[in-house]
Amino acid sequence: MQKVWAFVRGCLLLLGKGSKLYYAWLSALMVLIAIGVFAYANQLYNGLIVTAMRDQVSWGFYISNFTFTVGVAAAAILLVIPAYVYHWKPIKEIAILGELVAVSAMVVCLLFVTVDIGRPDRFWHLIPKIGILNFPQSLLAWDVVVLNTYLVLNFGIASYMLYSYYYRREPNMKYVFPLLMFSIPAAISIHTVTAFLYNGLAARPFWNASILAPRFLASAFCSGPAGMILMFQVVRKWTNIEIKDKAIFKIAELIAYAMFINLFLLGAELFKEYYSDTVHLAPVKYLYQGLDGHSDLVSFIWTATIFNLTAFFLFLIPQTRENYVTLNIGCVLMFIGVYIEKGMGLVIPGFVPDVLGDFYEYSPTGTEIMVSIGIWATGLLVFTLLMRIAVPIMNGDFHVGEDGVKPHIGDQLFLVRKRVAVEEEDLDSP
Amino acid sequence: MSDMEEHDERVFRLTRRKALKGLALGIGTMVLPAKDASASVWESFFQKHFRELGRLERQKILARLEKEYSAQYKKSVRVKDTPPPEGVLFGYALDLSRCVGCRRCVYGCVTENNQSRDPQIHWIKVLRLSKERGVDLEHSEQYYNPATVPQEGYFYMPVQCQQCENPPCTKVCPVQATWKETDGIVVVDYNWCIGCRYCMAACPYGARHFNWKKPGLPAGDMNPETHYLGNRPRPVGVVEKCTFCMQRTREPDGHYPACLEVCPVGARKFGNLLDPTSEIRNVIENKRVFILKEDLNTQPKFYYFYSV
Amino acid sequence: MFDMAEAARREFWLSPPKMESDESYMVPPPPFTEGIFPCSECHKEMRPNPKRRELKEEHTNIQLKNHAEKERWCLDCHDMNNRDKLRLVSGEQIDFTESYRLCGQCHGDKYRDWKTGIHGKRTGQWNGKKQYLLCAHCHNPHNPRFKELQPKPPPMRPENIR
Repeated sequence: MQKVWAFVRGCLLLLGKGSKLYYAWLSALMVLIAIGVFAYANQLYNGLIVTAMRDQVSWGFYISNFTFTVGVAAAAILLVIPAYVYHWKPIKEIAILGELVAVSAMVVCLLFVTVDIGRPDRFWHLIPKIGILNFPQSLLAWDVVVLNTYLVLNFGIASYMLYSYYYRREPNMKYVFPLLMFSIPAAISIHTVTAFLYNGLAARPFWNASILAPRFLASAFCSGPAGMILMFQVVRKWTNIEIKDKAIFKIAELIAYAMFINLFLLGAELFKEYYSDTVHLAPVKYLYQGLDGHSDLVSFIWTATIFNLTAFFLFLIPQTRENYVTLNIGCVLMFIGVYIEKGMGLVIPGFVPDVLGDFYEYSPTGTEIMVSIGIWATGLLVFTLLMRIAVPIMNGDFHVGEDGVKPHIGDQLFLVRKRVAVEEEDLDSP
Repeated sequence: MSDMEEHDERVFRLTRRKALKGLALGIGTMVLPAKDASASVWESFFQKHFRELGRLERQKILARLEKEYSAQYKKSVRVKDTPPPEGVLFGYALDLSRCVGCRRCVYGCVTENNQSRDPQIHWIKVLRLSKERGVDLEHSEQYYNPATVPQEGYFYMPVQCQQCENPPCTKVCPVQATWKETDGIVVVDYNWCIGCRYCMAACPYGARHFNWKKPGLPAGDMNPETHYLGNRPRPVGVVEKCTFCMQRTREPDGHYPACLEVCPVGARKFGNLLDPTSEIRNVIENKRVFILKEDLNTQPKFYYFYSV
Repeated sequence: MFDMAEAARREFWLSPPKMESDESYMVPPPPFTEGIFPCSECHKEMRPNPKRRELKEEHTNIQLKNHAEKERWCLDCHDMNNRDKLRLVSGEQIDFTESYRLCGQCHGDKYRDWKTGIHGKRTGQWNGKKQYLLCAHCHNPHNPRFKELQPKPPPMRPENIR
């Protein structure tokens, strides 16, 4: 227990150290978070009336972001599987980063749900025993369970491994391996359950399609890893960690397959809706063509479709996949594409036209956007802090000192532009 | 709640009262009002789920609410918790060949059930449908506003909570804040709802409404005869819905719902589905009846019919 | 021309009167034009004239419309000798509070539905005492077509709820 405490203290000490850039970055995030907190305070004071949500469209930007972020979190297993099932070394080296992405994404997820509910003061009603969790009836109860499990699981695995490395031991795989294996179905389940949350509602034909869960998974394996590739390059460039090209290109290849499945499933869905041409076509028409003069989402969804298609080809062709310019373009396109398709593009048409045929065109208010920016900034902050600890540990720059108590901090800077210089310095001190 | 538990609770309360008395003496009378108010806030914060309350706890809560509402609306407000009557399953029928779309029911409901005037909440939506298309919700119109109704070529379909036998809304609630009572009425515990609005996504009839803002209910317009699960004033951030006017219908001298009594054309019928001699059974057995979105297997107890 | 009975009828819809008696078909007072009943007040002095004609001096506001006006006139329903009563085809005299029997002579299907609560409006207790509206409360007997109503304001569009 003392060792754990020493580790935590060491981590806290480490978090306070860093380059000017590190502080600047943290401050920038704090400013964004402050804006979000301010906007949320306003929402708490006035009620959700400050959002654009109304009875007709009762979920909006928050839940859209939530849905998208669940996908990002689930994507961590795209690293875990090749790393620990196939023992592929280049990815195994960075699998822990995937878990930290998952942890940060989970934080974002849970925050988006929290800001969406009307009575956050009654959050304790969800806690089993103290409150009443309607399990297994409500899919939202399932979601509460699996999301929290996934968060604890990933945080637990990652911190145990980092803890072991800190004390210069190999983690005991006897404990870690089963947990890692469990994290695979857990990742699939968070996404499946979130899909089922929509899928199970017969009132909303746009969601009530059994293809929804597979589509969710396929698109999750596009957006999450695409974001990770971008993040890895940033991390690689600005910090001391090494991430092999091979690993990045492999992830990109997997994305291409996932995107193919995603597009195929989308096509299957569109075929069914358009060919059968039932009353259930209305929301699809609203989304892709506009309906009765209501067409706010049309330009967005076509942007998403074009982005996704372009990205798919960029990832499919080896030449463009292994060229960082085109690869990064592909990643950005895919991230945005899936963000639209699976965020607003999924949630809003579920409500338009509404169950009685009323049209209300929803677009988020300033408050909703500010709160969301604050939440994303919180996610980035969590990720940065986690990376601040993980990167030096993995590089061997942060471990327990000679006396076995005090931490040794080799990397005082973390975020720096001139990596080479730092490496030379490191060479000087053995 | 068993007698034993009730006894325990009383003992607990007695000792607590003693403790409070001591505390009050110590603090002095000056701070008492403030302490009272904050006590009320904490009591409502820690309030248990309605169905888990013992008899005494329930009485205490109703008394607290009555006190709060009476002070707020400056009249003597009653908050009942009348249970569902035995052997009764409420049903409603609406005659589409009579309804003229005048919306008297909409506003009758607002007045009776203390809906928020600003922001506006209506539990009843009247849809205008064209006779040519029939019941085609996608082409319905709620915002029609001609000088007079009915208009040539249209018929009208009011939609409110259908009190489903198989309600999709209660199933999805993550905290069981909404449920179906034995008389078939789907209710919400406004003090337990967390405001996630999953039930609104699940309802195929648009019958659930959210308090996006603190409801605006002028004291003069407030109906002081209320039910805990029905028309009592709602807090911000929770979902509400039609309860077939349970504050009227559940009483021993059960009155018809307000929407029925205000209907100028007598298109609305109400009664006990389990009573073979009731008006509602008569309608179902003798007229052409349909239920809305039958394919969803929600099994509404709200029947639309054609008397001619 | 302002029709008092019509106004009374409309007034009635908006605030149904409370129950008054314990009869099997409890009905509120028939919607007479104010001060017109009992009819005998005026008619007892007059000699009944059974000849079908257009009324020129009294009751000029009463126009038989949309109600088989070619076939019928006043004394088909109003009893000639006792103006405070209505008259069935059988010759039976009935009170205005029983006018449903008169209407039911032709509109048998509606009468049947009215008796079981399908047609027309009942107020009061769903499980007890009820008040039945007479046909005449909603349908002007001389012009029974339902009058058009001004609708209450439409709901606010969600865009405008702030």
